[in-house]
Amino acid sequence: MITALRNIAAVATVMSAPALVSAEVGGDPERGETLYGQCASCHQVGAGAQDRVGPQLNLIFDREAGQSEGFRYSEGLERAAANGLVWNYETLDAYIEDPRALVSRTRMSFRGMADQQDRDDLLAYLRTFSDNPSDIPESAPTAVAVDHEVAPEILAIVGDPAYGEYLSGECTSCHQASGEASGIPSITNWPTEDFVIAMHAYKDGVRPHPVMQMMAQRLSDEEIAALAAYLAGIE
Amino acid sequence: MKFNRRAFIGTAAAAAGTLATPLLVRADGHSKPRVVIVGGGAGGATAARYIAKDSNGEIDVTLIEPSRTYYTCFFSNLYLGGFRSMDSLGHSYGTLAGEYGINVVHDWATGVDRDAKTVATAGGHAIPYDRLILSPGIDFVDGAVEGWDVTSQNKMPHAYKAGSQTELLRAQIEAMPQGGTYAMVAPPNPFRCPPGPYERVSMVAHMLKEVNPTAKILIADPKEKFSKQGLFEAGWNDHYAGMIERVGPDFGGDNVSVDPDAMTLSIDGDVTNVDVCNVIPAMKAGLIAHQADITEGNWAPVNAADLSSKMDENIHVLGDACAQGDMPKSGFSANSQAKVCANAVRGALTGSTVFPARFANTCWSLIDTNDGIKVGATYEATDEKIAKVDGFISENGESADVRQATYEESVGWYDGMTADMFG
Repeated sequence: MITALRNIAAVATVMSAPALVSAEVGGDPERGETLYGQCASCHQVGAGAQDRVGPQLNLIFDREAGQSEGFRYSEGLERAAANGLVWNYETLDAYIEDPRALVSRTRMSFRGMADQQDRDDLLAYLRTFSDNPSDIPESAPTAVAVDHEVAPEILAIVGDPAYGEYLSGECTSCHQASGEASGIPSITNWPTEDFVIAMHAYKDGVRPHPVMQMMAQRLSDEEIAALAAYLAGIE
Repeated sequence: MKFNRRAFIGTAAAAAGTLATPLLVRADGHSKPRVVIVGGGAGGATAARYIAKDSNGEIDVTLIEPSRTYYTCFFSNLYLGGFRSMDSLGHSYGTLAGEYGINVVHDWATGVDRDAKTVATAGGHAIPYDRLILSPGIDFVDGAVEGWDVTSQNKMPHAYKAGSQTELLRAQIEAMPQGGTYAMVAPPNPFRCPPGPYERVSMVAHMLKEVNPTAKILIADPKEKFSKQGLFEAGWNDHYAGMIERVGPDFGGDNVSVDPDAMTLSIDGDVTNVDVCNVIPAMKAGLIAHQADITEGNWAPVNAADLSSKMDENIHVLGDACAQGDMPKSGFSANSQAKVCANAVRGALTGSTVFPARFANTCWSLIDTNDGIKVGATYEATDEKIAKVDGFISENGESADVRQATYEESVGWYDGMTADMFG
């Protein structure tokens, strides 16, 4: 069934995507089709595609997150959607690279695709199933994905919990130190790496939330590490 | 972060300076340093809690606050709109006393002897301090609205200190005749909670739309512009079309008098009979700041790095009462300033590490059911003032989902903020 869908898709690609694909930016949809094998056990795409374990991916570009009708999304994705997450080249790239860096507690249990060329190719394939996506390399050559991968040396920073405790005063105006959450999520007892990646995703503007982007943008790498260290061990 | 190297070096030097002086010698020979805090709101309660929490018993903390139950001004508009009960806005000081060891004194602070370093209370006590933190909120400027003074507040409530005044205003709105007029005299800048009067108008409109749909709302406003104006006006147009009229200074909104006995409002000489008149006069720092003689004009000027008074290095002033620069007068701002101040005071008294000041504020407002908006910014300390670094504001035309998420976030913020204040 999946194979058949992809065959139909391949035909559609040839017919609907003339010369555009040869642009310097962006990826190779044929190679992307092969890579899509990693996604196909959960996601369908192409004519007749339906929601399965994950939502179907037709017309995913420029779609607001969480909008595949009838699909039951995780609370994490619903929250990201309410915060204004829209699937475009940049956000899809970040999500495929590391789903949990973009959306906490998403049910998409995919380990992530580290290689930028792989992601470019996969997205080149996926965009052939979206009508007139505005935010793709071909339509806007500057729209190369921003690589927000958190460098190993940043992840390796050992934060100062005492400084983190002071800095956390800025968090606890909204997020409860007790870990209770209603309307605003809990930030206590996260694995430090998850916390650091999430904060850098806000800092880089990949995660959509104006307050969090503003707060993260003025935190240095050391300060994010300090917060992660303090909040991970808070009682 | 744009690291403020100068501020960091300065604060480190300040900490080293306190280390060099003998810490245990106090004015009265008391063994532990004493911090006295006047005012148990967003600034004072937060400062008390953070100093007590982080000093592990090394500092004696006394909080002077007349009310046994504190009703938050933030979210009190939502009570007017029927979205919150008054009980849900009330908080006791039991946890601060019981779990944090803070000496909570329910009394009025009536004077400060800056030479003897004592605070006098109405109950006849003189409470000694090494550092004094004043967070008294606002009082009203005498004669700001012709015809109104505090003896008129039963007929024409301000409802700008939450509690009985808020309940009175709601009762008056509920008792309005069908098709009657609710009038608001809006305050001039600067004042507590810049979006507050306009959120209030939204909440009053929400209530009237349900129980008194032909009623009118009339605002006399001395200001050309107000906070989140575009968002509020678009929201009023969407939800309450034809109900709200605002008279700005170009049509005499700055030339207002009232007659509480006749229940009339005069705008530029044009007299209107009104059914409710919500007078929000011009504001100044709470009285104790003036009694301590640390004010300049209506407010108490402070240094940005630690909220210390520019008149007295042993006094700090937080929240609405201080003149600090770019931060709006809001509960969020007071809470943010309190944590910076607590860190600096602790450093000065015990030699603990003083980290660089950093401030933030976000104000959420509710226009109608599930239609929330917000504005926020971050700030840093400069030599002259607390200076704005970066900010954001909700946009017109946001989806209903985004507006609902913003409202739900504000409800979460209320829980977070009050937990940060009262434990």
